[in-house]
This record gives sequence, C-alpha cells and structure tokens, in this order.
Amino acid sequence: MSRIEGVLQTLRSQGRKALIPFITAGDPHPDETVGLMHTMVDAGVDIIELGVPFSDPMADGPVIQLASERALKQGTTLRRVLAMVSEFRQSNDTTPVVLMGYLNPIEAMGYEAFADAAIEAGVDGVLTVDLPPEEADKVAPLFAQRGLDPIFLLAPTTTDERIRAISGHSSGYVYYVSFNGVTGAARINVEEVAARVAHIHELTALPVGVGFGIRDAETAAAVGQVSDGVIVGSVLVDTIARNQADIEALKLALTDLLNPMREALDSLAS
Amino acid sequence: MSEKLTEEMLTALPDSRGHFGAFGGRFVSETLMDSLMTLEREYLRLKKDPEFQATFDQDLADYVGRPSPLYFAERLTRETGGAQIWLKREDLNHTGAHKVNNTIGQALLASFLGKKRIIAETGAGQHGVATATVCARLGLECHVFMGAEDVQRQSLNVYRMKLLGAEVHSVESGSRTLKDAMNEAMRDWVTNVDDTFYIIGTVAGPHPYPLLVRDFQAVIGRETRRQSLEKTGKLPDALVACVGGGSNAIGMFYPFLTDESVQLYGVEAGGHGIGTGEHAAPLCAGRPGVLHGNRTYLMEDEHGQIAGTHSVSAGLDYPGVGPEHSWLKDIGRANYVSVTDDEALEAFRMLTLVEGIMPALESAHAVAYAVKLAATMDKDQMIVINLSGRGDKDIHTIAQLDGIEL
Ligand SMILES: Cc1ncc(COP(=O)(O)O)c(C=O)c1O
Repeated sequence: MSRIEGVLQTLRSQGRKALIPFITAGDPHPDETVGLMHTMVDAGVDIIELGVPFSDPMADGPVIQLASERALKQGTTLRRVLAMVSEFRQSNDTTPVVLMGYLNPIEAMGYEAFADAAIEAGVDGVLTVDLPPEEADKVAPLFAQRGLDPIFLLAPTTTDERIRAISGHSSGYVYYVSFNGVTGAARINVEEVAARVAHIHELTALPVGVGFGIRDAETAAAVGQVSDGVIVGSVLVDTIARNQADIEALKLALTDLLNPMREALDSLAS
Repeated sequence: MSEKLTEEMLTALPDSRGHFGAFGGRFVSETLMDSLMTLEREYLRLKKDPEFQATFDQDLADYVGRPSPLYFAERLTRETGGAQIWLKREDLNHTGAHKVNNTIGQALLASFLGKKRIIAETGAGQHGVATATVCARLGLECHVFMGAEDVQRQSLNVYRMKLLGAEVHSVESGSRTLKDAMNEAMRDWVTNVDDTFYIIGTVAGPHPYPLLVRDFQAVIGRETRRQSLEKTGKLPDALVACVGGGSNAIGMFYPFLTDESVQLYGVEAGGHGIGTGEHAAPLCAGRPGVLHGNRTYLMEDEHGQIAGTHSVSAGLDYPGVGPEHSWLKDIGRANYVSVTDDEALEAFRMLTLVEGIMPALESAHAVAYAVKLAATMDKDQMIVINLSGRGDKDIHTIAQLDGIEL
C-alpha cells in the first residue's frame, strides 16, 4: 500500500478528512521550503502538494504565477525540488508528498530518470496539470510501476465516461477541481461541488480531494463534509508572498491559517 | 528525404489523438478536454458538410477578396540574378494578412457551435485584427489578449482592434509577448469555457487546432498550385514562407507535400543571430517539449523552462511552433532556416524600393531568405514567396530604427 493510500485509509476509518496544503517549492527561497513543510505538518496537515514551478503556468491565477516566478528567480529546478523532498524525508517518513506541476520540466529531465529520482527522494505521487490520461498511456504505468501514485484531475466539465476512465488511470486519490477557472479565483459554489462529488463517489472507489477556491475554515468544512479531503493552495501561497521577508512570521501565519481548518475538518468527525 | 510521402499517409495525419508522428496531441487541463473533443467532433463533421464549405468559400471570395494574386516580381528577379521570384499576395487580403482565412473559418465554427463570446491571442496584432473583424461582422463579443510589449510595438493594430469593437487585454506576465498572451487566453478559456470559443491564430495549440487552422489556411497553397500551373505551366521549384507558429507556411506547403520536386523552406526569426541565443527559432535551435497543448520543438533551458525569445517581428516572437512543422522537419520533407533581424529589415527596404510592395516584417524574413536562395538557382527555376502580410503595421518600428518620430 502506498503512503498516500495508507494515510487516506486511516483517516477514512477515523471518519476524518484530509487537509492537503499546496505551496510552490522554492518560494520564497529553496532553502526555506523544507522548514515550511515541517511547519505545516505541525499544524496538522495530512498530505503535502509541492508545486514544481514552471515558466508558463497556464492553469494558475496571478498568486501562483507570481510564486512560480519568485521560485524560478531563486534558482529552483525540478532536481532541486527533489532534493527538498529528500531533506524533508530525513525527519519525516509518514507525510505523503505529491509533486504538482506541468509536464515540460519532467519531460526535459526524462520520464525514467525522473521516476527513479522521485522514488529515491521519497515522493509519493505526481499530478501533472497539462497531462490528461490520453497522453499518459506510457507515463502513468511507468510511474505506477516505480511506486509513484499518478493523480489526475476531474473537472465540472468531465463526462461520466471520462470520470470512469480517469479514475482507472489514477491511484491514491483523484483531484476534483471545484469550478471552471484558474487557481486563486473565488468562484466556488459549495452546493454544486457537493452534488458533483457525490456523483463522482458513485463512479469511483478512490478517495476524492477537492481543490480550487478553499480559503478558510468555513469553506474547508463545507467541502470536507462531502469529500475525502480539501486542497488549500492560493491562500497559503498568498500568505507566503506577504511574509516572505520574515520567515518566522510566515510560519506563524501559516499555522494560524491551517489550525482553524484542521479544527473545522475534525469537528465534522462523528 | 527518407521515404516518399503519399496521399494516404497525409490523410492519416494527424491521427485520432492529434499526433503528427511524435508531435502534437492534446496537453491541457481536464476542464478543457470536453470542449476540445466537442470541437474536434463538430469540425470533422463540418469539414465534410457542403454547406459549411460553400459558406467558407463564399466568404473567402466576397469578404476577403480571394483568390489572392500570384505576382511575378520581375525587377526583384532581375536584381537578384537567379531564379524567377513570384509573390503570393496574402498582403492584399482584407485586413492585410493571411490570418483572416483562419478567423473566417473559426468564426463560422463558433457560430455553428452557438458560442457568442470570442477570445484570441495576438502577437503582431494581425490575428487580433482579423478576429475583431469577423466578430464585428457576425456581432460576436471579442476579447483579444496581447503581450504588453507587443501592445507598444504594434500600437496601430491595437487601435484598429478597438475601433472594431474588441476589448484588448494587455498581458503583463512573463516575457510580455505572444506566449504570455496565449497563456492568458487559455486562462480566460478555462474560466469561461461554457460560452466562449477560442480562435487560436496559428497551427499550434491542442488538437484539433493545428488540424483546422491548417485546413483553413491551405487555400493559399491550393491557389498557388493552380495559379502556378496556369501562369507557367509547371509547379514551383521552391516555396518560401516565414514561420512564427507556422500557419502561413503550412497553408502554403500542405497542398505541395506529395510533390517531391517542390522544395519547402520555412524561415524562422534569427533575431540577433542563432549563436547569440537571442532569437525565436525553435526548429533551427530548439528541442522537443510540451507547451500550449502540444508536443513540438521549443526554445527551453536544460530544466524545461521556456526560454525568452527575441525578434524584431512580433508575429514571429514565439518559442514554439506548430507540431506539423516539427514532424516535417524530422522526416526531412521541409527545410527550416533562419534570417536575422538585420537581414529581414534589409529585405523590407529592398522589396519596398524594387517592387513598391511593403511587406510585414514577418514576411520580410521569407523575402530575405528567398533572395539568397534565388541567387543560387538557375534562371529558368521558380520560387514562390508567401507574402503573408503587408507592412503598414510596422512603419512605426522602421521609423524608430531610423530615428524618426512620426
Ligand atoms: C503577416 C504575418 N505573417 C506571419 C505571421 C506569423 O504567424 P504564422 O507563422 O502562423 O503564419 C504573422 C503573425 O502575426 C503575421 O502577422
């Protein structure tokens, strides 16, 4: 069983929901990312999604675009991100880490070389925004065979036929994008999400994480009620941007954001 | 060339997943997949629909002014002292470039799909103007995304788009040129996918765009083939076209792909020179990667980050290229070369003085290479340059280089 499956099964058996933060690796500086990861674990997160910065983040709004620019300016590369995961693993071998990003940096490194290095570093899953399963017929099996969970997106526009097919290519969890749009927009409609996620649960046995538009304890709880986990991104990345000059203040601010989300999610447990 | 291309091979491409050999495909976020599959299905149906094709042909004739002439550049030929140089006059199209062939086709598709809101990216502004034009004609809401740097250097076209009723969004992110405009258009599309049609301006993007843009532009090559036979009794020996995303070049090349005697030359923007790294020539100096929905030759660094580009010509200032060109390069059917900013500027002046035709700076790249090529060929041979657009939009750039304020 993969580390991701293990964590999600334990949570499910406890009737609890996963809190999954997203931050861009290397923002505000590559030397700070591992510390921020530990801070988030201390604040009660279950899985960490680590963004691999890309020069052309087509699916991201301004907040994560700027984070990618900052990270790239500080010399962040895919290999450096893998080194961050290695370092994180020196003192944490329980919290799953999912790399999230765009295909080209992985393509440039080479799929086999990447898969080997990612496993070596202690990465658990890979989510590539611009790689639908149709184009992943070689990559997804390669990742799965090496022990990396391939994680794919589902969207409000995804047909039932595709939901089944995509889930068939995925392991760990599927990531439901809560609205049509880019990261950081504030368009989430909780009732719509609830209906869609309930429907997705009928079509796949995989846990469903929901991301895009979750900004506070209230939206986290509302979405947590209907899903297996919530993914929180832009609000954390924005906090990093505003506190980049003072890392200790940044860690406190992240903790202050995540603690109420954790509490709100746990208060759902019956 | 390793093996002879046949009609069967060509009609089998792109394959059902939009692949031209190792290139092309559909690399987009899940939100867009359903829309792209619908577009593909509808396009493949309409491609065979006589009514759709008749409407398209009628618009090209009455609104665009096709066929565009194939003109013998007699004085240029004499000055060059080699092969006969002919110009396919896409600059004479309504709105002044080949871009309108494609926007007519895609706007027609949008109407058939019932979409009322149109978005487009633009570099030089020619595609933006051509999109704004068809939107005005059909009463569609039009939003054009343009890199902030291009908004400055192509200010005339920005104003034209505004006069045509389009909203122009200046894009400040990244390198503030065409690739960033395309990123922003994709972001708008993902947000408004339910009611919006994205009119992509070149043969790049996810499947089926490289296919349908090529089909809409192939009228250039079909006319050239017919006109060449009528006027000279034979096919040209060489075709020369500039390559930004590659739509005017593929439109010219495609109907000649199985004519082995016809040499194909795609001319990329060499900027300050390939050796300087400051250029926009992915086929000459890049390697395969994935950007904007397809796998193709790209300018990128060793870590897979897309590299900055440079060209004096905004319409060529793009780090990628249509996937069909990548395939044509790898099978050896087409030759991809580059000319520098300075060579293109010189060709702009030469064509203006010798023929009284002011080419777009994009097209001037093709002129520059063709003149060099013609000099190496026999007098009874024939070159056709795809004169993709006219140079009015570039007068400011030229004047600035001359130190003149207009
Ligand atoms: C006149 C002209 N030619 C060529 C191009 C380059 O595009 P493509 O390579 O798709 O023909 C442009 C783009 O703006 C243009 O305006």
